[in-house]
Amino acid sequence: MIEITILSGKGGTGKTGITAAFASLAKNTVFADIDVDAPDLHLILKPEVKEENQFLGARIATIDRQVCTNCALCKKECRFDAIHYRAEGGLEVNPFECEGCRLCERICPVQAISSEHSTNNYWFVSNTRFGSMLHAKMGPGEENSGKLVTTVRKNAKEMAREQNADFLLNDGPPGVGCSAIASLTGVDKVILVTEPSKSGFHDAVRLIELVQKFNIPLYAVINKCDINTEITKQMESFFLTQGIQLLGKIPFNEEMVHAIVNQKSIVEYRPDSEIAGKIEEMWNKVTEPIKELK
Amino acid sequence: MSYKIAVCSGKGGTGKTTLAVNLFSTIQTKWTKRVQLIDCDVEEPNDLLFFKDAKIMNRSIVNQLVPVIDESQCTFCRKCEEYCEFNAISIIPSVKYASVDPNMCHSCGACLHACKFGAIQEYQHPIGELTSFSRGNQMDILEGSLKIGSPMQTKIIKELKANACDESDILIYDAPPGTSCPVVETVSAADFVILVTEPTPFGLYDLRLTVDLMKEMQKDFGIVVNKAGLGDREVYAYIKEEDIELLAEIPFNREYAGQYAQGKLLSDVPPLIEQEYLKLAIYLKNRMNHD
Repeated sequence: MIEITILSGKGGTGKTGITAAFASLAKNTVFADIDVDAPDLHLILKPEVKEENQFLGARIATIDRQVCTNCALCKKECRFDAIHYRAEGGLEVNPFECEGCRLCERICPVQAISSEHSTNNYWFVSNTRFGSMLHAKMGPGEENSGKLVTTVRKNAKEMAREQNADFLLNDGPPGVGCSAIASLTGVDKVILVTEPSKSGFHDAVRLIELVQKFNIPLYAVINKCDINTEITKQMESFFLTQGIQLLGKIPFNEEMVHAIVNQKSIVEYRPDSEIAGKIEEMWNKVTEPIKELK
Repeated sequence: MSYKIAVCSGKGGTGKTTLAVNLFSTIQTKWTKRVQLIDCDVEEPNDLLFFKDAKIMNRSIVNQLVPVIDESQCTFCRKCEEYCEFNAISIIPSVKYASVDPNMCHSCGACLHACKFGAIQEYQHPIGELTSFSRGNQMDILEGSLKIGSPMQTKIIKELKANACDESDILIYDAPPGTSCPVVETVSAADFVILVTEPTPFGLYDLRLTVDLMKEMQKDFGIVVNKAGLGDREVYAYIKEEDIELLAEIPFNREYAGQYAQGKLLSDVPPLIEQEYLKLAIYLKNRMNHD
């Protein structure tokens, strides 16, 4: 089984639209939406949920004011400034600032502090018209999206192995921080979906640096390539110097948006279009060498 | 005290940076010079790409404190490993091995309290940098940039907020995408939040998540629909149903998208778009005076 993660650095370059198009072409593949902050793949794949699991998020401290002596040692030692005096007196924890390190709980001289896992996160195993899909729903403002990404991936991998799937295709998050790191450690390939804008390029370069730190083979797709042909050319030569295989270029077309509005992938919505053809070529480029090996 | 405005969106690529950069420029040219733009998307900071005239004023390294274990003092009791909620410490007593992974450490300091043998000390580990830029005024733009491979986004955002120019009348925070901790860190100090969305099912779904977060954080907020004309009308139905203020609608314009690609957001802004930014600035001015 080959695990592939789709990433972009910059948001809004078309990761999910392209993942959905690949999904409608892929055979014997398991899908995972690991952009747990803002998951959208389900809007196209319309999963039928088979299994719902709770994910234990970060811990959050609470102070029992019946026991608390207001010595404020916790307030002094908390490095996240998460403990404050209330206007009406007494100390309280700001759950949005608390990182769940449990330092306060451990040093409180009267054991007035306890901490519980947040229970506001779920991950799902579902069926879709293209195959099994794993996805998640994160509570607002949660601390541990990286760990939730890891949980979804771990279970998706198990499912892919059980089903003897050829591929696990992950729709990843934007950025290069903890969620992006959690989405690429140990994967077999990364596909970078980028766009020819200064910011798209700038963000792609940062992502490439991250992927290269992990020594993962990297492919690139330039989406909306005709928005700026000059930057498209610069990107192509840059990919060449970095040994990144360009899978293809997709011109800007409002049909991509219409497909999403109709809850379909572009391959389903306009099977005979130029874009659908290009996306099929790209998917074959990624998967054919692997099939030949088998 | 400065009035603090955060620009957010759940979905990436809806136009946060476009809006933040234009709003900053509109306020600076039409209202007050005492405005600062703060790029809090520390994973992928882009604001600077749109200001060719900006000159670097100051650059500083952001460090986090990371523990180091002195193996000659360590008894390999594993107490620090037990205290570490982030799995950053590995102790193997049989081979007298003790190690800390700086990329997992959250700098909470719990391990220092765990160790009764004085075997743990902290050192400064670089995780990114802050850079301030000028376009002719004091500290026009402040940018945070995360070192590739570090998971400490929120720490850099905290530093950005601490280093913002407090003599500004207005601070504009350009937030990262998503709905998790870096967004919370950016928004927590804001007096008002602008949510940028696009009229597509993806835009709407992620907008709902962001609205939930704003409500949970008890923030005042309004919505700007960007790329209006693309997609469908569902987002407007939602805004009406939820009784949220629609602050501006910025039409999709293919030519302007091309200008954005080249980093030219601030020249030749189409009049219809310029008018929407002006409307937004006036709204914020009224709101600020009212608050």
